[in-house]
Amino acid sequence: MALIEARGLCLDFPYYHIGARSLKKRLLGNARLHTDPSNRVVVTALRDLSFTIRDGERVALVGHNGAGKTTLLRMLAGVYEPVAGRLTVAGTIGAMIDVSAGLDPESTGRQNVRLRCLYRGMADADTAALTAEVEEFAGLGEFFDVPIRTYSAGMGVRLAFAMATAMQPEVLLMDEWFLAGDAGFLAKAEERLARLVTGADIMVVATHDYGVVRRWCTRAIRLEGGIITADGTVDEVLGPVPEADQPVRTTV
Amino acid sequence: MHANLWHPWRRRGKTRAMLESLPVASAFYQVDAANPQRRQRAIADVVTGLRRWRLAAALAWLDIRNRYRGSVLGPFWLTLSTGTMLLGIGITYSALFRLTLVEYLPHLAVSLIVWNFISQMVTEATTSFVQSEAIIRQMPLPYTIHALRCMMRNALIGAHNLPLILLIFALCGVFPGWEVLLAIPGLMLIAVNGFALALLLGMVCARFRDIGPIVGSVMQLFFFLTPIIWKPQLLGERAVLLPLNPFYAILETVRGPLIDGGGTLIAWVAALSYTFINLALAATFLVRFRSRVAFWV
Repeated sequence: MALIEARGLCLDFPYYHIGARSLKKRLLGNARLHTDPSNRVVVTALRDLSFTIRDGERVALVGHNGAGKTTLLRMLAGVYEPVAGRLTVAGTIGAMIDVSAGLDPESTGRQNVRLRCLYRGMADADTAALTAEVEEFAGLGEFFDVPIRTYSAGMGVRLAFAMATAMQPEVLLMDEWFLAGDAGFLAKAEERLARLVTGADIMVVATHDYGVVRRWCTRAIRLEGGIITADGTVDEVLGPVPEADQPVRTTV
Repeated sequence: MHANLWHPWRRRGKTRAMLESLPVASAFYQVDAANPQRRQRAIADVVTGLRRWRLAAALAWLDIRNRYRGSVLGPFWLTLSTGTMLLGIGITYSALFRLTLVEYLPHLAVSLIVWNFISQMVTEATTSFVQSEAIIRQMPLPYTIHALRCMMRNALIGAHNLPLILLIFALCGVFPGWEVLLAIPGLMLIAVNGFALALLLGMVCARFRDIGPIVGSVMQLFFFLTPIIWKPQLLGERAVLLPLNPFYAILETVRGPLIDGGGTLIAWVAALSYTFINLALAATFLVRFRSRVAFWV
């Protein structure tokens, strides 16, 4: 059974490599920026977040730029550790925050798949199976054995998408681009994405696109300035579907 | 409980099967700021990181391949430039020290090559984490992997110079005995120190970006303080002070077996002590600051 449980999560983001002194003068007084006990400028990225996400829930994190959506995703993925509070994630985690991270431009598609498998700590047999799967799905033909530096943007997306979606995690963490149209490169991509999303026990997606939220999610959490301002069903958080939007069915 | 901390991706079926056989869920991640379990997490980091050495090795190899992409000689350019330097310094300083080339060159070759190896490890240790910034912020990997990658990369590059030692020994007619094998633990000691430094300096230099250039200057200073160009015997009575220099001690564990038939006991004791201190410092820093590195890079 998959579960995400957050109790009083806090995260302060320190600004280390910026001229702290002038920055302090200019920015302090803003509610989210303050100095910590060792006199560094920190921005409050997440403040006292508590929520529980259970099996079967598909949650959208909504909010303006800088509201803390991606930071929260990274924390759920285990990249950042909270400075206060407790986080429990039960279930295998699949994080698709930036899928191009860890790609080596000088290596071929095949070598990159192997590298990704090493990053994921997979056994050799699984690596071979995954390579075959990705090769088939990405449909790059002989370009699969050419350095990805030479790929067109579309080919790069196809490879990244095929690699990222080739496995089925129990807890799926996504940043928005996956669901928001770029994946429309192939009809079969949509089917695969749907399988991935519905196959996961829990999905958390950070997005601006309310169409994505209404189409895929069962619950929405609104973040503002690192604080949860609303948490409930999609309609409760986003309000009813606006008249103007209704005829337009978003295609993903 | 944290055994699977670093295996976020597992096939569903497989994990399910594992869940059935194990009473405690293996895909389970928990952090509690009130009970950070820093030591356990640091240990898990090192253990999983070392167990996944194949990833570190693959990344190290890619680093080298990409660095020398398109170059015909690749890393052997380093061999060539070291060879040129040996020839230049060898001819000049053997005359200055009034030594024959056959007496002087084997010492110089071993010392300079091992020094380049150590110096490269130390200098690149300062960027071990900063260099992997993109990966650190996107996926939770043991930090040990990045340090291991840095160490392995420099070990591979350093190995390209080793044939020069054989060549010069053959040219000068030096045939050391079985004591030569003692150089192997010496080289391993350098690797262990390189790994510990990649953790320690990697963290410190990610936080304080000015430390990197300082380390560069310090290495320059130690190049002259360490018997590389000059032989340790030239110091006379003051040679007793040499083991105070950690670079001398470490260098001697390789130079000694190859040139002087084994290296002094005091050098070995000093080298082991410095290694221990280095490891202890790296471990302390890892336990204390591991969770902060993601914010520093």
